[in-house]
Amino acid sequence: MEFLESILVTPFIEIWESPYYFTELVLVGLSTGVLYSLVALGFVLIFKASGMFNFAQGAMVLFAALTLVGLMEHGVPLWAALILTVAVMVALAFLVERLMLRHLVNQEGLILFMATIGLNFILEGTGQLMWGSDVKRLEIGIPDQPFDILGGKILLNTFDVTAAVIGALLVVSLAVFFQKTPMGRALRAVADDHQAALSVGIPLKTIWIAVWTIAGIVALVAGIVWGAKSGVQFSLSLIALKALPVLILGGFTSVPGAIVGGLIIGVGEKVAEGFWGPALGGAIENWFAYMLALAFLVFRPQGLFGEKIIERV
Amino acid sequence: MFYREAGQFKTTYQGDQAVFPVFQDKIAVILVILAAYAVPLFADEYWLQAIFIQFLVFALMAIGLNILMGYAGQVSLGTGAFAAVGAYACYKLTTNIEGMNVIVAILLSGGCAAAVGVVFGLPSLRIKGFYLAVATLAAQFFILWLFNKVGWFYNNNPSGTITAPPRELFGVLITGPSASPEARYIVCLTFLIVFAWFAKNLVRGRIGRNWMAIRDMDIAAEIIGIRPLQTKLLAFAISSFYCGVAGALMIFCWLGSAETEAFDLATVSFRVLFMIIIGGLGSIGGSIMGAAFIILVPIFLTNFPPMIGLDISTALQKHLEEIIFGVMIVFFLIVEPEGFARLWQILREKLRKWPFPY
Repeated sequence: MEFLESILVTPFIEIWESPYYFTELVLVGLSTGVLYSLVALGFVLIFKASGMFNFAQGAMVLFAALTLVGLMEHGVPLWAALILTVAVMVALAFLVERLMLRHLVNQEGLILFMATIGLNFILEGTGQLMWGSDVKRLEIGIPDQPFDILGGKILLNTFDVTAAVIGALLVVSLAVFFQKTPMGRALRAVADDHQAALSVGIPLKTIWIAVWTIAGIVALVAGIVWGAKSGVQFSLSLIALKALPVLILGGFTSVPGAIVGGLIIGVGEKVAEGFWGPALGGAIENWFAYMLALAFLVFRPQGLFGEKIIERV
Repeated sequence: MFYREAGQFKTTYQGDQAVFPVFQDKIAVILVILAAYAVPLFADEYWLQAIFIQFLVFALMAIGLNILMGYAGQVSLGTGAFAAVGAYACYKLTTNIEGMNVIVAILLSGGCAAAVGVVFGLPSLRIKGFYLAVATLAAQFFILWLFNKVGWFYNNNPSGTITAPPRELFGVLITGPSASPEARYIVCLTFLIVFAWFAKNLVRGRIGRNWMAIRDMDIAAEIIGIRPLQTKLLAFAISSFYCGVAGALMIFCWLGSAETEAFDLATVSFRVLFMIIIGGLGSIGGSIMGAAFIILVPIFLTNFPPMIGLDISTALQKHLEEIIFGVMIVFFLIVEPEGFARLWQILREKLRKWPFPY
């Protein structure tokens, strides 16, 4: 009884009694959510264009961030390191298309999914093999001081706000890219129907390379932001695991879904940890998102914005 | 020359449908089993402890996952969680119930794992593929967190670990750190043989056919009268049962004591997944071959470079291992999606025609 009360009643009373703490958690959650959205966005892009569930997205984040930091440690200035890292991600896209995707055309989704688990391990191994596996600091000049609003009642971090702004900018530019450029249109066409896109002369291979490149760049941005926040280390590749429930919630094929899902998961996680965590013994952040997504799946399997798949024999 | 089917006529359905319809196969399997039981006579403690017992435990888990993924087509990344349920259940059963036979305890803990597997398999009716993979990840994270946080599961001991108590069978100590490696090896081997045999018979019978129908096209299977929920849940139950038993053996016969970290995503779930991809999805023998391969690669990496005079650090070794596993996965998926099991089949075809491939 006491336990039930501590999870069903007390947290709500606490929320009611400490609105500022609650708001702060929500804001922190929002800014973390933006970062989750960034990673989830990489997933959605590849899933839309190739029907491939790219488990390696997290490893790509790690790989990109490691490459950037590794180059900077060797004395390459930031701007040059950025350009070089983008070049590496483009090369990676080429390699993936040539060595993997090309041979796996027409396989079922599950096989592709498992192939990306393999890719995940290759990237994690290679990245750490080249640049070492110790924690690296990434200094790119994002200010990191707390500031308060509402007269000191809510603490916020400049860093979180900057990260949120970067994320938002990336999302907007991707949206523009998808809606306004010929390449974006081609991508959407491929996403709708591979065969039809091929038959009107859209080169599938180019599209795949393009999409993996974009996913690589998104991974780089996510890697920079996360890396600057908590150091570049192996755990970066684990945020992919956080992006999965985001996708479930938002729907695999929807860019807005990835964003809204990320925000919901971010906020839900922080608030749950803040108010429900003590009653449950803490560290519930790890599974809360999954349970939320799982509960959601039972009621709406296609996610918030996903397309309902109708199957026929 | 020796591997000829000529002259072996089948006059009954039973003969035709036997697990090993070819006489030579029967002999080969019997020889392999005898050799496996003879291993403790030759292997030293390190080999038994670090390699053979580990292999047997993981092979059992791979069979479990293969039933679910290879036969019933339900993706699961929660193998580690189900194994953990088995391990913790077995720990609770043996420490809290006086005079509990350890074999019974292991089987019962498999039952606990099966129950948990069914609960997490419930969403499989509505969701499939990647969505299901994420649902099983929920199991992975939630269950390990639970075992870490709730003291009841590890009897509130301060270290937070569970330790296998010493238990005897027929007067021989078979579990716990003080049991002889030979005894533990024999126990694991017997479990693997019995369970592999059972799985083999299960998947070629009605239940296995139902699973394969569901895997190949669930809607069509439903139309021909296979009840999807029951069939899928049965697959989850039996698969988790295998994983649970393997988890119990993992603590009781292999590690001796462990924390929840021993069952996490990378050390168990992905490893077992790799085993069945490389060994062959939808093949019991393949699971065992895959397990052997995945266990042997790291050992090869530890021992081979020093032999040729290369000195590599453990970190480097770990990364190389990751890369090799990744490349192997991609390579197998591209070149031989049916894994070792298919290679074995090809070898048999060749053997049949040897020495005159007409």
